[in-house]
Amino acid sequence: MIEIDVCLARNTGFRLEVNFSAPERGVTALFGRSGSGKTTIIQVVAGSVRPDRGRIAVGDDVFFDSEQGIDLPMERRGVGYVFQDARLFPHMTVENNLRYGERRSRRARTIRFDAVVDMLGIGHLLKRRPHTLSGGEKQRVAIGRALLSQPRLLLMDEPLASLDEMRKGEILPYLERLRDELLLPILYVSHSVEEVLRLSDAVAAVADGKVIACGGLADVLSQPELLPVLGRFDLGTILDCTVTAHDEEFGLSTVSFPDGELRVPLVGRPVGAAARVRIRSRDVSLSLSRPIDVSVTNRLSGTIASITRAEGPFSDVEVALAHGKLHSLVTQESVQRLALEPGMAVWAMIKAVTVDSRPAGFNSPGAEFRSPSPVSRRHQPAATLPALRVIAGGTPPRETS
Amino acid sequence: MLTPEEWTAVRLSLEVAFWATIWSLPPAILVGWVLARFDFPGKGIFDGIVHLPLVLPKVVVGYLLLITLGNRGYLGQYLNEWFGISLIFSTAGATVAAAVVSFPLTVNAIRLAIGGIDQGIETAARTLGATKLDAFFTVTLPLMMPGVLSGCLISLASALGEFGATITFVSNVEGQTRTIPLAIYSATHMPDGDAMALRLTVVSVILALGSLILAEMADRRIKLALGQI
Repeated sequence: MIEIDVCLARNTGFRLEVNFSAPERGVTALFGRSGSGKTTIIQVVAGSVRPDRGRIAVGDDVFFDSEQGIDLPMERRGVGYVFQDARLFPHMTVENNLRYGERRSRRARTIRFDAVVDMLGIGHLLKRRPHTLSGGEKQRVAIGRALLSQPRLLLMDEPLASLDEMRKGEILPYLERLRDELLLPILYVSHSVEEVLRLSDAVAAVADGKVIACGGLADVLSQPELLPVLGRFDLGTILDCTVTAHDEEFGLSTVSFPDGELRVPLVGRPVGAAARVRIRSRDVSLSLSRPIDVSVTNRLSGTIASITRAEGPFSDVEVALAHGKLHSLVTQESVQRLALEPGMAVWAMIKAVTVDSRPAGFNSPGAEFRSPSPVSRRHQPAATLPALRVIAGGTPPRETS
Repeated sequence: MLTPEEWTAVRLSLEVAFWATIWSLPPAILVGWVLARFDFPGKGIFDGIVHLPLVLPKVVVGYLLLITLGNRGYLGQYLNEWFGISLIFSTAGATVAAAVVSFPLTVNAIRLAIGGIDQGIETAARTLGATKLDAFFTVTLPLMMPGVLSGCLISLASALGEFGATITFVSNVEGQTRTIPLAIYSATHMPDGDAMALRLTVVSVILALGSLILAEMADRRIKLALGQI
C-alpha cells in the first residue's frame, strides 16, 4: 500500500489535508481541477515539499513520519518523478540524461537501459541535445530518465498537459505499455477524464486540498456528488468488458461483462481482449417494463438502488445490476411520473456507449467489474513491441484467474 | 613603443587582475549560491557586508585593508609574525585590494545567473538520486557558466581599473604595486609625463576591448554547449 496522510498549510492560505491510500500496483490517478492540490500531493511524496505533519509510506519504506521524526531526503526515496515540463538537463545529451539517475541509483538495476530505450522508442535520439527534441520526444526521454533511476514508485505530474493533441496521442501508448509491462506503481496527476479513463485503475478525486473520494475507477467516477467539485464532465458508468464477438456485416462487436452483453460499434481488438466501456448517464433511459419495440438494442435489467438529485431538472438514478451498477440521468418530472423509488425493478436502455480500448483488465481493482475471464498479457496485440518482460528483470507476469 | 617602465606596469596590471579574478571566483560562487538559494537569519546583514566594498569609497576600503592586513594590522601582524607574509608594498597586496573591490560585482553576476536557473531542474536531479552537493556540481554549476563568465569579466575589468584601494593599502611602488592606473596617475605628476599617460591610456582601451571580445566568444561557446542558442 502507498499510505499518504499529511497536513500542510501554505502561507498563501492553501491548505492540504489528505489521508488516503493507493494500491502498490497499477495506476492511481490523482484527479481534480487545477489548483486543487494534486501536484502538491506528489511533491510531498517525492520530498520536494515538506508537510507540516503526517506520514507517508510506500510498503515498508517510511518516507516521512512527523511523530518518529523521519524525513527521508529526496534522493533516498527512490521515486521516479516525471514533471509536466520535462526538465531535462540542457547541458547533457539524451543518453547522459538517461544515465544520470541510473548511475546514482541505490537499488538493484532491474530496469535495463536498452529495454527502456526500446520501449520508449528513443534509440535514435541518444546523441541529441534536449533543445533539439520535440515536446513529445522530451517527455519520452524524461519518462525514460525517471524509469532508469530504478524507482519503486513512479510519480507523473500531468505528463501530457503541455503537449498538443497529436503529441498526446503519441505518448499515451507508451504510458499504457509502461503500466502493463512494468510492475511499478504509478501515481498519475491529471485533470483530464480521458487520460484517467484510459490509464488508471484507481482514482483519488482531489478538491480544495482534500481527497474527496478514493477507490476503483468505476466507483469514483460515477459518484454524482463529485460532479460540482470536479467540474463539468459527463458522469457515467465504467465497465471493464471482454470482447466476445465481431459482426463485420453490421459493423458491431459484442462485449460481455458479468451482468450481460453490450453491442458496440466494431472494436479494433481481437476476441478475448479487454475493452473498457463507458456509458454516460444521460445516454441511459429507464423503462418499467421490458422494452420490446424500441430501436435501442442494449437493455439491462436491475433494481433502483438510489435516486439523487443532480444538476438542474435532473436526477441521477443508480440501478443495481446482478453484479455491478449503472447510472441513469432522468428528469425529476420522470421520476415523479413513473413513481420511481429505490427497490423498483427497471430496465435500463443504453443509447450509446464509448469504448476505450484497454489492453489489460487484469489489474483493475474494481473487483466487481472485473472481466469474467481475465485476459492475460499474451492476448495483447504485441504489434511492434519488443521483448516485454525483460524490463522487469525476468519477473513472471502476474496472472489473475 | 612602450618604455620598460610602462611594460612593467602593463604586465603587473594583467597579473594582478588575473590572480584577483581567479582567487575571488570560488568564494564568489559560494556566496552567490548561498545568497540566491538560501534563506537564513541575518541574511540581510551578510548581504550588506558582501556589498560593502561596492558602496564604500575605495580609499576607505584601502584604509580598512591597511588596518586589518597591514603589517601592524589586526590580522596582518600575525600573518607577518607567523608566516612572514607582508602584504603592503607588494603585488600580493595589490591583488588582495583588487579582489576585495571586485568581489561584490562578481557575486552579483553569479547570483543573478543562479537566480535564472529553474530550481525545478535541481529538484529533478535530486529525485534522480543526487544529493544537494552532487546536484550543485553536476547541474547548477554547469548551467551558471555564462554567469560565471560575465562575473569574471566584470571582476577583470574592475581589477584592471582599481586605484583608490590599491594606492591606500599598498602604495605606489614601481614594479610591485604600480599598475596602469597608478602609472598614469604618476605620469600626470611628472613634467613630461603626457606621452606616457597617453600611451598607457591606449593600452587600457585595447585591453578593455580585447577582454570584451574574448568574453563574447567564450559566451557563445558556453551557450552552444548548454544548448541555449
